[in-house]
Amino acid sequence: MGKHTLYRIWRFYVEGFRDMSGWGKQVWIIILVKLFILFVVLKLFFFPNFLNTNFDTDEQRSEQVLENLTNIK
Amino acid sequence: MLETIDLSLVNWSRAQFALTAMYHWIFVPLTLGLSFIIAFMETLYVKTGDPEWKKITKFWMILFGVNFAIGVATGIILEFEFGTNWSNYSWFVGDIFGAPLAIEGILAFFMESTFIAIMFFGWNKVSKKVHLTATWLTAIGANLSALWILVANAWMQYPVGMEFNPLTARNEMVNFWSVLFSPVAVDKFLHTTSSGFVLAAIFVIGISAWFMLKKREIAFARKSMMVAAIFGLLSSVYVAFTGDTSARHIATTQPMKFAAFEGLYNGSEGAGLIALGVMSTTDTDPSNENLMDFNMKIEIPNILSYMAYMDWNAFVPGVNDLVRGNAKYGIMSAAEKTERGKHAILKLKEFKEAKASGDVTKAEMLKAEFTSPDFRENYFRYFGYGYIADPNLLVPSVPLSFYSFHIMVGFGFYFIVFFILVLVYLVKGTLERRRGFLRLAIWTIPMVYIASQAGWIVAEVGRQPWVIQDLMPTVAAVTKISTSAVQVTFWMFAVIFTTLLIAEIKIMLRQIKTGPKTDGGHRNV
Repeated sequence: MGKHTLYRIWRFYVEGFRDMSGWGKQVWIIILVKLFILFVVLKLFFFPNFLNTNFDTDEQRSEQVLENLTNIK
Repeated sequence: MLETIDLSLVNWSRAQFALTAMYHWIFVPLTLGLSFIIAFMETLYVKTGDPEWKKITKFWMILFGVNFAIGVATGIILEFEFGTNWSNYSWFVGDIFGAPLAIEGILAFFMESTFIAIMFFGWNKVSKKVHLTATWLTAIGANLSALWILVANAWMQYPVGMEFNPLTARNEMVNFWSVLFSPVAVDKFLHTTSSGFVLAAIFVIGISAWFMLKKREIAFARKSMMVAAIFGLLSSVYVAFTGDTSARHIATTQPMKFAAFEGLYNGSEGAGLIALGVMSTTDTDPSNENLMDFNMKIEIPNILSYMAYMDWNAFVPGVNDLVRGNAKYGIMSAAEKTERGKHAILKLKEFKEAKASGDVTKAEMLKAEFTSPDFRENYFRYFGYGYIADPNLLVPSVPLSFYSFHIMVGFGFYFIVFFILVLVYLVKGTLERRRGFLRLAIWTIPMVYIASQAGWIVAEVGRQPWVIQDLMPTVAAVTKISTSAVQVTFWMFAVIFTTLLIAEIKIMLRQIKTGPKTDGGHRNV
């Protein structure tokens, strides 16, 4: 892909966003706020991956799950 | 660990997943269906060159854009929940869930993002044909990305194409095509996406009806309704067809779900279909609050047997047959399945202990057992039953399953009649004068959303207690975290999703009130 093509694609997006109508800008603000809440606030502070956070290797993770699954009455 | 799992943790985790999945499903079906309706409309514009079709396309594209923007990434929360609240499950499913979700993510990102940009920014910048291609590829991409998540869901309902590896405690995919083309996956994809088409068609007709009632944009409304009604009628007939084949598969693969949504407690030969019924609040079995009798029911004889097995006199097992077993018809009791499940879990425990103690020979022998067809068919197949302390826990909420199923089916048949009437009135040219019907068309929008949500309730509540059918119940899948943490995030999601929904409705209503604009000068929609 040549430089010229990449530039045209870049311009396509830039002009697209620049010429966006009022509702378009409004929904983009919503999208960005939503993505921030989902990926920064929720993912980092409320939804850590339990096994990835508490165990370092896949072997430890599988041992933990084996322990959980076999510890029944 | 399972001995100390608090049931309120399981229930709050389930409630949270249900909340996020159901909110996500408010946005998705409209995207699936409206993208195709827009593609049809734009095709008519390109074919005829009539600027009215361009105006129509651009108006519905705005509503599509609002819905897509508000709904996009809401499904990612479900993946967060897998890792946090359902860690045993997400590890146990291994690459079977991961592969389809990865494909879904790549498809969603590249296909939808690229072609949606051309759809919205490309008017007057690319040729008509390129723009039309982008619109079609957006529709196809959206539906293909739905395919992968539905394949993953179908695998949970009917796990095939995998082998359990005790060493890693994971199910490993051995046949990708069995997972992709399992009959449950095929049905689920076709039934779910086509129900989205019905929803979108009713959305277009309902809003067009509002324009007619306001005596605004009559030509726009008539043309929009014509496209939507034809698409909707074909889709709604197809939904009925795929629903029928889906029910037949459920009767075989998830008989408890089938018995629950049909309200069938005691199985019989030549079983009748309860077309309409009101459940009693009196328990027929005091030990199980789910089991209730009917105060009133209209039953059509033999239909259920035919629907399930294509045989008017076939035996259809009821809830009680599946719990207690029925030797005459070769149905194993829940108690027997539980014993077999416990045996499989015990073998897994022995394997774990042999591995920990360095007894390689024993560990290898036990590992080999998990790959033997006999062990898989007679023991591992019932693995999840080993966690079930009380057989009544195997019965999903019968009233919720029954009512959800009947609401879904009842509305489904109403939608077929509705589309036919819209087409008849449009062809006769009398639709604008039928103000009562136009009002009904607007009220049909909430009806189709209710039917759509009811469909998911049937699918997901009906399969309880299973996260993975017969292999893993919710109690074994959940992560042992604090219930209060789940409650906090439950309410956070409730607030976030409600805010998003209100934002969507407000922006959409404003755009609808503004109405379609004639394409004078360039402005990105």
